[in-house]
Amino acid sequence: MPDPVIAAFSCILAHAPGFVRYGSKPSREIADRPALVLSAIEGHLRGFEEVVAYPPNQVFIGNLKPDDLHGIGQPWYDHPVFPAPRRGPYGEIYQEELLLGMIKLADDFGLVEIEKDSAPLLQGLLESHPFWRGADPGRIGQGVDPGRVDGLIEHSGSLPLFHGGRRVGCVNRHHDRDDNLKAHVLMENLLAKASGALALKNLLRSADIGGDGIDLLLNCSEEAVGDRYNRGGGGLAKAIGEMCGCVASTGCDVKAFCTGPLYALLFASGLVKAGLYERVAVVGGGSLAKLGMKFQGHVARGMPILEDVLGGIAFLVTGDDGQSPVVRLDAVGKHDIGSGSSQQNILESLVLKPLDRVGLKVTDIDKYAVELQNPEVTVSGGSGNVPLANYRMIGALAVLRKEIARQEIDRFVREHGMPGFAPTQGHIPAAVPFLGHAMDGIRRGELNNAMFIARGSLFLGRMTQLSDGLSFLLERNPGRRK
Amino acid sequence: MLPRAGKDQGMFKGKKAIIFGDRDGVPGPAIAACMKAAGAEIVLTATECFV
Repeated sequence: MPDPVIAAFSCILAHAPGFVRYGSKPSREIADRPALVLSAIEGHLRGFEEVVAYPPNQVFIGNLKPDDLHGIGQPWYDHPVFPAPRRGPYGEIYQEELLLGMIKLADDFGLVEIEKDSAPLLQGLLESHPFWRGADPGRIGQGVDPGRVDGLIEHSGSLPLFHGGRRVGCVNRHHDRDDNLKAHVLMENLLAKASGALALKNLLRSADIGGDGIDLLLNCSEEAVGDRYNRGGGGLAKAIGEMCGCVASTGCDVKAFCTGPLYALLFASGLVKAGLYERVAVVGGGSLAKLGMKFQGHVARGMPILEDVLGGIAFLVTGDDGQSPVVRLDAVGKHDIGSGSSQQNILESLVLKPLDRVGLKVTDIDKYAVELQNPEVTVSGGSGNVPLANYRMIGALAVLRKEIARQEIDRFVREHGMPGFAPTQGHIPAAVPFLGHAMDGIRRGELNNAMFIARGSLFLGRMTQLSDGLSFLLERNPGRRK
Repeated sequence: MLPRAGKDQGMFKGKKAIIFGDRDGVPGPAIAACMKAAGAEIVLTATECFV
């Protein structure tokens, strides 16, 4: 049986400036110095138009190619794209009002309360959006009295929701002594569900199928949905699928830190090839915890806080259609437990071993998609340029194998790599934001193949010192060569 | 290859080391292995992910 293909892809961004204060780093700093930190954050937030015109975001939704960033001066936030459509071939950039409406739409348990002054706007946005017209916007209803929200925040552990510097509602806890059902955790889970649903809806539109055309959903988001007895138990795949009308689908969550999307893709590919399912959608929602992660560096340098968006990704794995790019299952790279933790060990496992298996050289791969964090976010936060470091390591492997000379590493990086363009949303930048660009490049004949490499920091959970990684090779469909 | 004899092996003899590795740079255990070979006593090793 031929290898499966990736038939469709989507990625979305949701502007979330009112949620930056609830990111892990901002919320800890605010707890220490509330007035000072909050005012610093609010003074460095971007407006929606700036977010849409930000060059890396235009790459993310597919209106620019990653390599186009080489031709745009830095800092990119000072060089907005014009015109800057909010919709691109891979998805859309959503304003915060729609995201707020979405978390209410995602709420099956009375967790979200919207104040009556804001309810009509949110309801109107949902009703006018083609995805959600008729999708029970009555959940927002007339909204609630601000006095009720005051009481919930003061006495019941609810967290206020903000938009444009104004309170618009709150998120409630669902148990007074369960840390996994407190308001902050439920807010995180609802945002992952809502942004995942936006990505999946875009995928269905891109694939031109209804929700009932999906057999299996795999969610690769990073949240830990569950209650006090089963932290991280899961269930988000089906929750997202339910929102998107995937009535004929079952599903489950795949957990692997930032490697999650690649494991999910590998499992989807294996299940399709084995004939168990015909159409498997992989979906990942955004991560509240990562908002404002480097805000201190951004504020200190007088930059806007760039980690103000939630990301969402989705892709559709199906049997060979004779057209779409193929996932070569004989060229999957894995980081074995016994492989060792040095960079060289990891990249040999993820790059060289799979290439050797199928008789390809390092330079035979047209493009490598590594962890694609936007360097403008990370360098200013003291975390370096992650994709560039990885590309230089792959180039060094090519030198060690005498495929290129040492002085050719920069050229290798330029030709086989790309600038990072994805928001620092954990699993979201894990190579897969390049999927749409790779599929289009292959379709246009500009690329023959691309290798996707993601890494996972298992040690963050304090159960092992191991890290993790996975890679796969996407290739032109042999059917298209005819 | 045999380890090099001489002062390299004792560069950190009698010294205690606290090691912070980077997921996207050099991980803690790899630094610890080098430091230990150079004679250091490893007090703490941690690897962090900064993205």
